[in-house]
Amino acid sequence: MSTTIVAPIVLTILGIVFGAILAFASKIFAVEKDPREEAISEILPGANCGGCGYPGCGGFANAVVKGLAPVDACAPGGPGTAAKIGEIMGIEVEAGVRKVAQVMCSGGGHEKLRYEYVGLESCLAQSRVSSGPLQCSYGCLGGGDCVDACKFDAIHIIDGVAKVDEGKCVACNACVTACPKNIIRIIPRKSKKYAELPCSSHDKGPATRKACDNGCIGCNLCVKACPKEGAIKVENFLATINYEICIGCGMCSRACPRKLITIDGVVLPPKPKKEAPKADAAAKPAAKPAEAAPKAEAAPAAEAPKAEAPAAPAEAPKAEAPAAPAEAPKAEAPAAPAEEPKAE
Amino acid sequence: MPASIASLLSIALGAVLVNNFVLSQFLGICPFMGVSKKVDTALGMGMAVIFVMGVASAVNWPINKFILERQYGGGGTLEFLQTVTFILVIASLVQFVEMFLQKSVPSLYEALGVYLPLITTNCAVLGVVLQNTQKGYTFAESLTYGIGGGIGFLVAIVLFASVRERMEFGKCPKSFEGFPIALVAASLIALAFMGFSGLKVW
Repeated sequence: MSTTIVAPIVLTILGIVFGAILAFASKIFAVEKDPREEAISEILPGANCGGCGYPGCGGFANAVVKGLAPVDACAPGGPGTAAKIGEIMGIEVEAGVRKVAQVMCSGGGHEKLRYEYVGLESCLAQSRVSSGPLQCSYGCLGGGDCVDACKFDAIHIIDGVAKVDEGKCVACNACVTACPKNIIRIIPRKSKKYAELPCSSHDKGPATRKACDNGCIGCNLCVKACPKEGAIKVENFLATINYEICIGCGMCSRACPRKLITIDGVVLPPKPKKEAPKADAAAKPAAKPAEAAPKAEAAPAAEAPKAEAPAAPAEAPKAEAPAAPAEAPKAEAPAAPAEEPKAE
Repeated sequence: MPASIASLLSIALGAVLVNNFVLSQFLGICPFMGVSKKVDTALGMGMAVIFVMGVASAVNWPINKFILERQYGGGGTLEFLQTVTFILVIASLVQFVEMFLQKSVPSLYEALGVYLPLITTNCAVLGVVLQNTQKGYTFAESLTYGIGGGIGFLVAIVLFASVRERMEFGKCPKSFEGFPIALVAASLIALAFMGFSGLKVW
C-alpha cells in the first residue's frame, strides 16, 4: 500500500479517535454549571472593574451563586442590578444607598511647597520623595494616579487637585486603592444635600494654617453648630462627617471659620448670627452681611432657625469664648444687633 | 542511544538558556508579547506552557514513532504528515486536559484560567514536538526537552514582563509607545541571551 493511500486513512483514523476521546471525555468530565451563574453574568455591567473584590464580573457571578458575595455588591450596576440578581437568587434586596468616592483634600495648600519636585508625574513617585512636595503631608499631590485608575472617567485633576464627578462615579474603589496618600474614601449618599469636608490633615491647627488656606484646624465649631448628635466629630485635629447621620443641613458649613465645608460644592455664607464674627466677616464687614443676609433667608430660612433653636442659644456664648477669643470681640459689634431680633 | 543523566541535563539546560524557544528561536512570540504585561499573568502563562509542552512531547513521541515513522508498503513513511498530525494531537490534547482539570483539579484549572486554551495555538509547543523528531530524541530526551523548553519560555516571559512593568513608568517618543518599545526591549533581551550561545557543559 503506497503512502498516498495510507496517509488520509491514518489521518482520518487519528481524527476519529481523538474526536471520540474528546466526546467521551466531555461526558465523563462534564461539570455542572449553575444556570443562575450565566444569568447573573448577563445582567452585570461587564466592566470587570473589580470593585466587588472578585476577579471580573464572571468571578462575582460565581461568588454570588456560591453564596460568598452579597447580591448587591456590584457598585456600577447599582440597585437595579442588585434587584435583578436578587430575583434570580430568590433573595429580597433592600433598596441600596448610592455610594460615591470622595477626595478628602480641597487643594487649599497645593501651591505651598517644601521643595520643587522634578520627576515622574505620578502621585506614587512623588510621595516616595519625602512624602511629596506639599507642605501639608496629607494633601492631594495632583499626579493623577486616581485618574488613571478610574475606568469610568469620573475623577479628574482640576486646579492641581483630584475632583470626583459624582454623576459618573460608581464607587468601584479603584481610585481609593490607587491613591498613595489614602485620602480618597467611599461614602454613602443618603441625604439630599451633600455636605463635604475635604480635608485629611491631622496636623495641629497652627501647622495646618501654615500649610493650607482652608485645611481643618480642629476648632470644633462645626461640631457645636451641628443639630444632629454625632454627624460630625473632631478626632486628632480633624473633623469628619458621619454620612450615616448627616442630613446635609449645612450648619457646619456656615460655622466653619476656614470655609472648608461645602454643601453641594458651595460654601454657605456664615449666618448673620454667631457665625458672622469669623475671620472673614472681620476682613470685610461691610460686604459680608449684605450678601449673606438675603441668601440665608431665601434658601434655608425654613430649616435653619428650627434646627438652630434648641442648640444654638445655650451654646453660643460658650462656644465662642474659648475657640476664637481674638476674633470674636472685633467682629461681634456689627453683627450682634442684626442677629438678636431674629433669633428671639 | 542511552539517555544518561548528564545528557538529559545538558538537553534541559540547552532548552532553557542556549536554545531558548522565545529568545533564540523566535517561537511563541504571540503569547510572549500578549501576556507579558504583568508578572503574575506571565507566571501563569509560563506554568501552563511547561505543562502542555511536557505532555505534548510525551504524547507525540509514540505517535510519531509507531505511526508516522513506520514503514508502510513500498518502503515509504508518513513523516511528511508530522506537522498536521502534531497540530491535531496538540489541539485535542489541550482540550482534553482542560476538561480533565476542570473536573478533577479545579484549583489548578482556575489558576491557569484562560491561558490553557490559548496554548493550543502556541507555535512553541509545535516547535518542541517537531524538533524532538528532527533531533531523533528518545522518549526520555523528548520529555526533558519539552519541559526544559517550557521552563525556558517561563524564564523569558517573566523576565520580559518585569521589564515591561518598569517601562510603564518610563517616557518614550509617542510613536514608540506600547508595542514598538516592547519589541525593542524584547530584542535587547534576545541579544543578552545570545551570550549563552556556544555554551557547552558536557
